[in-house]
Amino acid sequence: MRTRLFTGVAATAVAALALTACSGGGTAGTTPATTAGSGTSGEQITLTVATFNEFGYTDEMFAEYEADHPGITIDHQRAGQSTEAHENLMTRLAAGGSGIADIQAVDGDWLAELKPLSDQFVDLSSPDVEGRWLDWVEAQATTEDGALMGYATDIGPEATCYRRDLFEAAGLPSDREEVATLLDGDWDHYFEVGRQFKAATPDVGWFDSAGAVMNARVQQLPNPYSSTTGEETIIPLGENTQIKELYDSTLAAAVDDDLSAGLGQWGTDWINAFQSGAFATMQCPSWMLGVIEGNAAGQTNWDVASTFPGGGGNWGGSYLTVPAAGAHTAEAQELAAWLTAPEQQLKAFAEAGTFPSQVEAQESSELAAATNEFFNNAPTGEIFTERAEAVESQPFKGEHYFAMNTIVGEAIGRVDVDGTATAEESWNQAVSDADANIG
Amino acid sequence: MSRSAAGSDLTVRQRLSKLDVATAPYVYIAPFFLLFAVIGLFPMLFTAYVSTREYGLLSGDAGPAGIDNYAFVLTNDRFFIGLRNTFSIFLLSSVPQMVAAIAIAAVLNANLRARTFWRMGVLLPYVVAPVAVSLIFGQIFADQSGVINAVLTSIGLDPIGWHSEVLPSHIAIATMVNFRWTGYNTLIFLAAMQAIPHDVIEAAIVDGASRWRTFWHVTVPMLRPTIMFVVITSTIGGLQIFDEPRLYDSAGLGGNSRQWMTIAMYMYELGWGPQRNLGRASAVAWILFAIVVVFALLNFWLTSRIATSGTPVARSRKKARA
Repeated sequence: MRTRLFTGVAATAVAALALTACSGGGTAGTTPATTAGSGTSGEQITLTVATFNEFGYTDEMFAEYEADHPGITIDHQRAGQSTEAHENLMTRLAAGGSGIADIQAVDGDWLAELKPLSDQFVDLSSPDVEGRWLDWVEAQATTEDGALMGYATDIGPEATCYRRDLFEAAGLPSDREEVATLLDGDWDHYFEVGRQFKAATPDVGWFDSAGAVMNARVQQLPNPYSSTTGEETIIPLGENTQIKELYDSTLAAAVDDDLSAGLGQWGTDWINAFQSGAFATMQCPSWMLGVIEGNAAGQTNWDVASTFPGGGGNWGGSYLTVPAAGAHTAEAQELAAWLTAPEQQLKAFAEAGTFPSQVEAQESSELAAATNEFFNNAPTGEIFTERAEAVESQPFKGEHYFAMNTIVGEAIGRVDVDGTATAEESWNQAVSDADANIG
Repeated sequence: MSRSAAGSDLTVRQRLSKLDVATAPYVYIAPFFLLFAVIGLFPMLFTAYVSTREYGLLSGDAGPAGIDNYAFVLTNDRFFIGLRNTFSIFLLSSVPQMVAAIAIAAVLNANLRARTFWRMGVLLPYVVAPVAVSLIFGQIFADQSGVINAVLTSIGLDPIGWHSEVLPSHIAIATMVNFRWTGYNTLIFLAAMQAIPHDVIEAAIVDGASRWRTFWHVTVPMLRPTIMFVVITSTIGGLQIFDEPRLYDSAGLGGNSRQWMTIAMYMYELGWGPQRNLGRASAVAWILFAIVVVFALLNFWLTSRIATSGTPVARSRKKARA
């Protein structure tokens, strides 16, 4: 009997292996978030915190919290990229919240599609956290019923990063205050300085990618792809004159005037271009400093100026949510509040350059004194506080924002990066793509 | 033990043993079929059901859709772009792979020194994770900073748009697929070659056949069942290709013009992309399933034909019969 049972078990195992092997593919190494806590409150519980990329949360921070809260163990699960974390979260929500983390980090851009599912999240509003964040930051995570879906961790106020050596070679001022004055103005002015730069050094791009410029400009529109009168109404791309104008002027500068280095952001060529010095400036949210430092390791010419074309801009920023399906939502909410408190936001900024979304943290002297050695000891705390003040609002991002923005981004890429279509052909393609695939 | 006691004992035992003989085989194979029913058959049938519903990933079932999902997919340009790309990448990977795998297997089948070393060597690329493969080939096939284009421009040739153009991107992806799978298929062919009886080959040599003739007219025809197996499995795998094209750039959507987006990627984008439409994704899944079945059968028929007509023995037999 024993052998037979064993054979049965072995056969089951083999079959399971074979089947899982066949179904391999797709999920790129995200470990499922499990809620390991089993006891009631007062017992030993485990809180899982699921983040992505780099939130700047260190083991020391979690150890500190565990020491202050006996009985709580924190399990920090990090996904490599936000797209993986996004897919993981959506799949788990679709499964009714099974296996979801106690605290789930979300990107600000996901909130539009999560708001209709606000039932699946704990309303985190509480008198303790009132007035804690910048107004537009809090507004982004607040539903129409006034429920607060997440505690903001960081924001991405945009400055301009540049290469001092390339500015000098083109006969432009290279000191960061002078650069801020030189570039102060709208996008046309930024392109105009670019043409001067290009006339002096024709082989170097003025900026890295037309897609990045376009995206930064879209972020400055209040209603890029849809109007919000009453319910969200998509503006058909063919009739979206504001986007068409930005599209035309961006590509005219990037391709006709050759200001773009023609690199697709995040691609291999883009990453390698930081070492070869293929472009002189780029739009630079605070978290981008870490990316540049990684890609341009060994270079000594990068600097950052407190200026951004067309006023303020914000790119990125995240929130911590507490899914209602978790077993310990009260404890999770307490931990999320602690992680987004000023002290921890400042530590995260020092660790990973994630700029605090907290009013109190932004006013702290510690932040004001922060500098970045890689960027020629630039006073990054001071610069990004100034850039954060310049941000007035965020565009309305409805359900179809991401799909529409991707189609426009691809249209720009066909002209700027691939060179396989003219601006007009590519726009027509984008209009028909949007008609066929959105809605 | 008395005889009578043993006799009554035996009847129970005999009954049990009869039952054992009758049911045991089914019990042994049951675990596989139970598991298959749960994680193979059920999802397949459920997918068929979902493909006729308006079914969102997050919003769930929102009523019947009839053939709307199929109609959407079959009138969408991107589906046909995906179809073109899938077949192009499939042909560019499977055909060279078969030829190379048989050739390498023939070489490995010869008396080499350190045989195990060489045999394990061909399997090494298969062990490398697809993510790592795409990182390595990403550096080789980068448009501006890649190794191949650096070599091309240094000898005065134009760089190739490995990402921007259709055919070059397919060739690059097929190269990644071939890198991973050629060794795997080689080992299957090698195992089959070693099962060929020596006396057949010796007889051919005694008859004065050259090495090439022996290989072509004895070895290859005797590999026929294996060739059919490998062709069918690589048809199934090749038409479902996902990992390599998805990891070919950082966005994972198949390029700005969807120049290397495959059917499987299109299905994933419909279900888990901005549309989150599982109904449409399921429709693509079933269309893909139908295509795979048709092409697996077609290849089965083709390979069995080619291998038969290539056998001189079979031909002479036909002549004899005629």
